[in-house]
Amino acid sequence: MTAGIGKSQTGISGFDELTLGGLPTGRPTLVCGGAGCGKTLFASTFLVHGARDLGEPGVFVTFEERPADIVNNVASLGFGLDDLIASNKIRIEHVAVDPSELAEIGDYDLEGLFIRLELAVQQVGAKRIVLDTIESLFSAFSNTAILRAEIRRLFDWLKERELTAVITGERGEGTFTRQGLEEYVSDCVLLLDHRVQDQISTRRLRIVKYRGTAHGTNEYPFLIDADGFSVLPVSALGLTHKVFEERISTGVADLDAMLAGGGFHRGSGILVSGVAGSGKSALAASFAGATCRKGESALYFSFEESGEQMVRNMRSVGIDLQPYLDNGTLRYVPARPTFYSLEMHLAIMMREITRWKAKLVVLDPISAFDASGQEAEIQAMLLRMVDFLKSRGVTGVFIHLTHAKSDETRTDVGLSSLMDAWILMLNREINGEFNRELYLLKARGIQHSNQVREFIMSSQGIELRKPYIGAGGALTGSARRAQEALSRREELLRAGEVARLEQQVRHRRRKLEAQIEVLRADMAADEVELKRLMDNETDYVKQAAVDDGAALEGRSGLADRKASS
Amino acid sequence: MTEEKQDGDVSKLVLYVAGQTPKSLAAISNLERICKEHMDGKYAVEVIDLKKHPHLAREHSIVAIPTLVRQLPVPIRKIIGDLSDTHKVLISLNVTAGQ
Repeated sequence: MTAGIGKSQTGISGFDELTLGGLPTGRPTLVCGGAGCGKTLFASTFLVHGARDLGEPGVFVTFEERPADIVNNVASLGFGLDDLIASNKIRIEHVAVDPSELAEIGDYDLEGLFIRLELAVQQVGAKRIVLDTIESLFSAFSNTAILRAEIRRLFDWLKERELTAVITGERGEGTFTRQGLEEYVSDCVLLLDHRVQDQISTRRLRIVKYRGTAHGTNEYPFLIDADGFSVLPVSALGLTHKVFEERISTGVADLDAMLAGGGFHRGSGILVSGVAGSGKSALAASFAGATCRKGESALYFSFEESGEQMVRNMRSVGIDLQPYLDNGTLRYVPARPTFYSLEMHLAIMMREITRWKAKLVVLDPISAFDASGQEAEIQAMLLRMVDFLKSRGVTGVFIHLTHAKSDETRTDVGLSSLMDAWILMLNREINGEFNRELYLLKARGIQHSNQVREFIMSSQGIELRKPYIGAGGALTGSARRAQEALSRREELLRAGEVARLEQQVRHRRRKLEAQIEVLRADMAADEVELKRLMDNETDYVKQAAVDDGAALEGRSGLADRKASS
Repeated sequence: MTEEKQDGDVSKLVLYVAGQTPKSLAAISNLERICKEHMDGKYAVEVIDLKKHPHLAREHSIVAIPTLVRQLPVPIRKIIGDLSDTHKVLISLNVTAGQ
């Protein structure tokens, strides 16, 4: 909050952030716009929020609708206006002037109105007041000179009492309001707009002036739905992206493995482009599933399929998202592109992302918007989406459907440079069959495989098969399988050959060993023979000696000496 | 400030003022004069000061001051202003001058 002027929260999501706190406290704010653009809802939200949540009672001065109508109109938004009225926190003052029963004769003023406002403000101790719409007085009273003087007095009166006021006014030709109310309100002027382009309506809010505070000057889309009035500041973004080193899994182990370090960086913008039926959604569902498995919130914006359809289809490829939908980690937001304008789509997506604090967002497919034909607008929208996601560190998975015959890399002329990673899904016809292939066209800041992998979806999940790489290039599908079979056969043959050779060698060794054995046996026999001969020889020599000795003994006593020696 | 005359043809006029402002005082004196001069005895006039009874402004849905309300006969007619033009007042009240 800035020093100088105090601000009062309006309770309108987005608006308080945009204005850094809300409307100027104790001053009047003019809210102008055409019929049905949400002026009264803006005003009542402001009033109810003050009375219910901030302890600031308020007075709703209506010049057109009856109090019962106002209560009923906002009842569907859960405002509980009647309870607040019963507990004296809000008072509805119905100022009805019927010009048909009125004649003006001479000088007059609107003191009666002042008396009533004073009374109402006192009764509830109001801090806030809504005048919806004071311009009705101009149709009731013909003396505009008096009326203008009185309105000026009314604004002074409001400021004097330091009421935070919202004054609504119908948009006029060339002016913000028909009666030029803006000349009385110098502090804050808001313009609501409701435009229809190509049969799609977009509501926009612009802060025309807000004295004493910084504010965005762009037009911001706003939404009126079951949650009431919300402003969606889509363009208040800088280039202050968060950068993460952390990696997140793609849910496909083979794909993680293709990226050095395992998976993509958190906060990346990942483009998945491919032709119909190439498995883009399955890959995206896998991303979402991986995020949910870690307990983080994922949002799946689908522009083509319904939630149940998606769950059923993904179950067939082994990705069961139902548990995550049940426990609230995964949220599925289906919307036809034609439901809203591009701007509104963006705004709603941003609101959902903020609300659920999503960590991963899937847009399936962004090409669904192509039908609207506003290429520049689509690109601007996606640029803002990417910026938004990056500034919050949300990983974005953008699915883009390319047309079969067109060049795959032509898509998203401006988009590709915004993306950190680009996964190209191919579906190529080779020899009468289509094979899904996946290629990592780029992945900033991550070393990655340059191979085209075969993308196989089965009930076991997604698998990225390494292609067969040989003389004929990288082969996939049945060509790969045939080639693999061929290789297997060759492998088998070679293995057989080796075994045969081994056998041969073994045989030869055995034969040689047998021969060695025979030779060894011969040798042993020879040695035995030799030993026998040598033994014979020794015996012979011994015998001879004995014989010699005996002969000598017979001749002389010399024989005794020799024998004893 | 209340002036009532009992008569069969009586209609009721209520003048709403806020305090003693010049406009209020002018309206009161103009009304008194008109009644005296042109509608002799046919109207019951009541003057309500909304400063003293602010809730009546809401109940009777009065915005401009001074406001003269002809409650009877129906339909209700309202004249705002200080009633300075007698002729117009009489036309608005459906009373012909000099009656």
